Amino acid sequence: MRTEVFYKNPDLDGRAKRLLKQIKQSVSPLIENIRIVDVFISEGIDQLTPSLSEELFSDPVAQKAFTGRCAAESDELSGWNYLVEITYRPGVTNPVAITAKNTIETALGKTISKESGAVIQTAVQYLVDSPPLDKKLQKRLKETFYNPLIQQEEFREGGVSALKKNPLPGTYPHKVAESDISVETIHLASLDRKALDKISKERLLALSTEEMESVRDYFAESGTIKARKEAGLGIDPTDVELEMIAQTWSEHCKHKIFNATIEYKDAETGTTEIIKSLFSSYIKKATKEISKKKGFLKSVFHDNSGVIDFDDENLVCFKVETHNSPSALDPYGGSITGIVGVNRDIMGTGKGARPFFNTNVLCFGEPDTPEEDIPEGLLHPKTVMKGVHHGIIDGGNQSGIPTVAGAFLFDESFTGKPLVFCGTGGIMPREINGEGTWIKHINPGDLAVMAGGRIGKDGIHGATFSSKALDDESPSSAVQIGDPITQKKMSDFLLEARDAGLYLGITDNGAGGLSSSLGEMAEYSNGVRIDLHKCLLKYKGLAPWEILVSESQERMSLAVKPEKIEAFTALAERRGVETSVVGEFTDSGFIDIRYGDKKAGLLSMDFLHRGLPEMKLKAVWSRPQAESLVIEEIDYTDMLKRLLNEPNIASKEPLVRQYDHEVGGISIVRPFTGRDSDAPSDGAVLKPVLDSNRGITVTHGICPRYGDRDSYNMALCAVDEAYRAHIASGGNPDHAAILDNFCWPDPVESEAVPDGPYKLAQLVRACKGLYKASMDYELPLISGKDSMKNDALIGGKKVSVRPTLLISLMGIIDNIEKAVTTDFRDEGDAIYIIGNTYGELGGTYFEKLYGENLGGAPFADTEKSYRLYKKLHQAISQGLVKSCHDISDGGLAVAIAESCLGGRLGADISLDTLPGSSGKMETARILFCETPSRFIAGIGRNESSEFESIMKDFPVQRIGTTTKTPSLRIKRDRSYVIDITICEISAAWKREDFE
Amino acid sequence: MSKADTVKTAVITGYGINADRELERAFIIAGSDAQRIHIQDLIENPALLKNYHILAFPGGFSFGDHIGSGLVFAHLFKKHLKEELESFINDGKLIIGICNGFQVLVKMGVLPNFGEDWSPDVSLIHNNTGLFENSWLTVSFNNDSKCIWTKGLDEMDVPIRHGEGRFITSSENVLDKIEEENLVALRYLDRNPNGSVNNIAGLTDRTGRILGLMPHPEAFLCRENHPGWASGDITEGAGLKIFKNGVQYVKNSLCR
Repeated sequence: MRTEVFYKNPDLDGRAKRLLKQIKQSVSPLIENIRIVDVFISEGIDQLTPSLSEELFSDPVAQKAFTGRCAAESDELSGWNYLVEITYRPGVTNPVAITAKNTIETALGKTISKESGAVIQTAVQYLVDSPPLDKKLQKRLKETFYNPLIQQEEFREGGVSALKKNPLPGTYPHKVAESDISVETIHLASLDRKALDKISKERLLALSTEEMESVRDYFAESGTIKARKEAGLGIDPTDVELEMIAQTWSEHCKHKIFNATIEYKDAETGTTEIIKSLFSSYIKKATKEISKKKGFLKSVFHDNSGVIDFDDENLVCFKVETHNSPSALDPYGGSITGIVGVNRDIMGTGKGARPFFNTNVLCFGEPDTPEEDIPEGLLHPKTVMKGVHHGIIDGGNQSGIPTVAGAFLFDESFTGKPLVFCGTGGIMPREINGEGTWIKHINPGDLAVMAGGRIGKDGIHGATFSSKALDDESPSSAVQIGDPITQKKMSDFLLEARDAGLYLGITDNGAGGLSSSLGEMAEYSNGVRIDLHKCLLKYKGLAPWEILVSESQERMSLAVKPEKIEAFTALAERRGVETSVVGEFTDSGFIDIRYGDKKAGLLSMDFLHRGLPEMKLKAVWSRPQAESLVIEEIDYTDMLKRLLNEPNIASKEPLVRQYDHEVGGISIVRPFTGRDSDAPSDGAVLKPVLDSNRGITVTHGICPRYGDRDSYNMALCAVDEAYRAHIASGGNPDHAAILDNFCWPDPVESEAVPDGPYKLAQLVRACKGLYKASMDYELPLISGKDSMKNDALIGGKKVSVRPTLLISLMGIIDNIEKAVTTDFRDEGDAIYIIGNTYGELGGTYFEKLYGENLGGAPFADTEKSYRLYKKLHQAISQGLVKSCHDISDGGLAVAIAESCLGGRLGADISLDTLPGSSGKMETARILFCETPSRFIAGIGRNESSEFESIMKDFPVQRIGTTTKTPSLRIKRDRSYVIDITICEISAAWKREDFE
Repeated sequence: MSKADTVKTAVITGYGINADRELERAFIIAGSDAQRIHIQDLIENPALLKNYHILAFPGGFSFGDHIGSGLVFAHLFKKHLKEELESFINDGKLIIGICNGFQVLVKMGVLPNFGEDWSPDVSLIHNNTGLFENSWLTVSFNNDSKCIWTKGLDEMDVPIRHGEGRFITSSENVLDKIEEENLVALRYLDRNPNGSVNNIAGLTDRTGRILGLMPHPEAFLCRENHPGWASGDITEGAGLKIFKNGVQYVKNSLCR
């Protein structure tokens, strides 16, 4: 039975109006109209009558519903000549169908079981009224509606008659191809390197030859053979065991490159050093050192997110993940699973925290890239951006978690793989039932429980897939759709269960699925028995190994004491959350995997977690030549306009307004600020506890272009950017922590990667810079992630990302009433620049627009800046600073322009006495260089002298005054170099193509 | 009916509702004893509703709004709790529905309920922009309205956060009645974000004790919630006034 629902009056359908606007641009301006029909398909549910179906699925006031007759053939909708109906492919999560099932179950007062054979599907039908389109345009039309990877289409050309000739299917295929559910064994003994490689490749294990060898040798050990014999297993490993090892040992899960031993040659200094693990030598080391001075660290590195003190009652935690590879294949599914996935990291921290904010930093190819320049097999950056943006909207908004901060970056190097950084902050009470909430327990005898969604074939090999380059054979099974509502139900339930003490150990199911969640949890108890046949499945026909590694969404793994399981299960049922006991934690020292009465695997914990052979890599650093040149005179006002309009700098407000950024009622400083709330903020300020004025700041730092010259500077500047935004917002300089997310092109030398040693040297230098900056600023690194294979190999063409380091900061602001925003406040306020201007243009946006190499990248003097920041904070907390804006992308001129826009005030500025700069420095350098550690501040007349006396030992200079006349005028040597009105600033900064 | 010493508020949660914490907080500051209650617990024990004077439906995405915002939640509530809700209303008690909660009230037919049979006369549909929007704007309150929640209020800045807030009626006739009987409680003042007819942002019923509105007063509990607070012109969390009105009304009319 098909129930088709559409708006009675086309004017009522806002979605259709928006879509029309979009396809007029992307397909053809001649397209006249589009109507949308929502289709609800059901079969095998007797009590569901046509009238009930219409009552349930349509809004009688606004919509019309047809059942048993085709809406597209009705007079109301006739006039179309193209029909496209989209459904999800079998096995792909369809949240609408899940809700439809809920609705029917509610109405009938009974649950509809899988076994009943009932079918519930939904589809969306687009009726397009357009002049004939050629095949190419028809293809583009379809592509605006769906992604063939996860969806299927029915297409009709020629209006009603075509539909009569070839009616739409009553139901769509919904059966997923069944796998052979037997456990297979693979012969490894005595295989040579070539044969081992073949197996690794064919099974998508993504294991290197050396790794395959140590797997082979493990199974040949007499101890292994003996233990397996007793357990009734043969000498050859099972597919279940190989998959478990491959997931656990994937780059994604084990961070092999960050733990490798690296021989680092510095051609500049002629020195060579051996680095044993970048992670231990720089990241962990910095945090260890800093933790001696900072008491606020609660739990770092070992858990799903880093935990720090918030106040006497609460702790906060923060985690940022990347979801690049899936977003390249299915931008919507990739980003929504990125967001709901990192939410689960928070829900799985300690005994479980409550997510209370999201952030995202999204990196795409240049939006105006011509279609023909996009290699076949890759999506256009605008298509990727549209899908990713939509996924972030649904993931955050539907989960009720405010999206409070983030950024959009555009760079040709992101055309191959987009970078999708998804972050979430969480809050938990310090103690629950008398014990620290950040502590989890998993003891022998505890039951291993899976809660939330069911397991399907979606998301198989995600971890191993993300550990290789994107290529023509990338598995579509790695793509999934997240369902925020299923997860919201689960997270509400888990908080209830946590507070009732129904469980003591929890972790999320992300990359690697149960194989990694239970594998990690087993480290606490030193063993686990996994009963794969007890896992709840979406449909039958999953091979045991698929059950183990599937990354199907909305699932958590828990450790529940046998005496609590009844209460736990009962509460879950009342909250509509499915749970299943899938095994038991043990102290056997083994992962013991079973499928019914069959033995599916037996892996020693020691081998699985410590058997991975260490990587040995070479890195060679030679500094790229970057001669600085003298910049001739240009039209500076025009250049400022071009910079304001540059996609990276321009306003993303229309995109950001589609995120709910204040659900929870905790937002104090939002993404946009100023008189008309349309000027950029430096960061977010939140008030997580509704009855307290203590606050949180959230900021980011990222500057991949600097890495072209030296990734050491890039790292220094990324940390500085995040920290100075924290300072500019009023944050406490002594109470902040950062996360590091590295997204690199493959730095391991091979045929495909001849320049591996240089890319690895860039990684080494980034780590050195990160260490230096976090030490100087006393910013502990509490969590991080690396994604080391961000290359696309499509049809022989390789696109690699610029090495990118994202720094995300979460800090404390003692009193949110002391928060500062970026907008100038009152006419006649004094405008100060804080920090020296050195004129570096290498890797800046000015350089990008100027089109020539302009020398070295900006350098952050973190030792000096630390003292400056603490002083500035003193002035801010004394209430002397009305507005403060950090100077970053585009430099001084852009920063002042943004503060003017925010306050709808003009400014008269003189560049003659700028600290750090000299009379000889070209004007372009002064205006547009991106020297870090600088701010533009607005200070009231009466506060100026006190402000100056506090800052007297630092490079701080008054450079102008705010004016009622709404224009920004900047002069040097008595002549104006920039003269621009607020309207012109606004017009340049607000691009029309970001919607 | 029974009289109580304290004003008790039930804030409904579950199945994708997500603005429940701040709404609970709003009623607590306003002087009520407020609790969040999972709709499932209410369905299992409908008598619970008797213990409360105020029933609050928060914002969120109940069931993902996949099938008409609030529609599924409305079906669920109506199926299991219609009688209890009717007597709750007949007992002179208060109901407020915000955003998704407004959508639920409208789709249950509780607002405006001209036919007194809970058959829907109005609806909230996709914004005419086709987009979800989060921004602050100004609403003006209708002083001729009987709505007890908005008594004495003139204008207020509040955030909107919705993709389906476009208010429409089944007929001109219904719209005329709504206007004649002054059931419009608040309107968008200088900007209509979603294409709502007559700029309608909130609706009350004939008793004036039920209010549904798209904007989020519960997200404006302290002055720092206002995007312009740093300018110093904002003195208080104005959104609180609505909840104080409700609690005060109960104190005067239902409590000892």
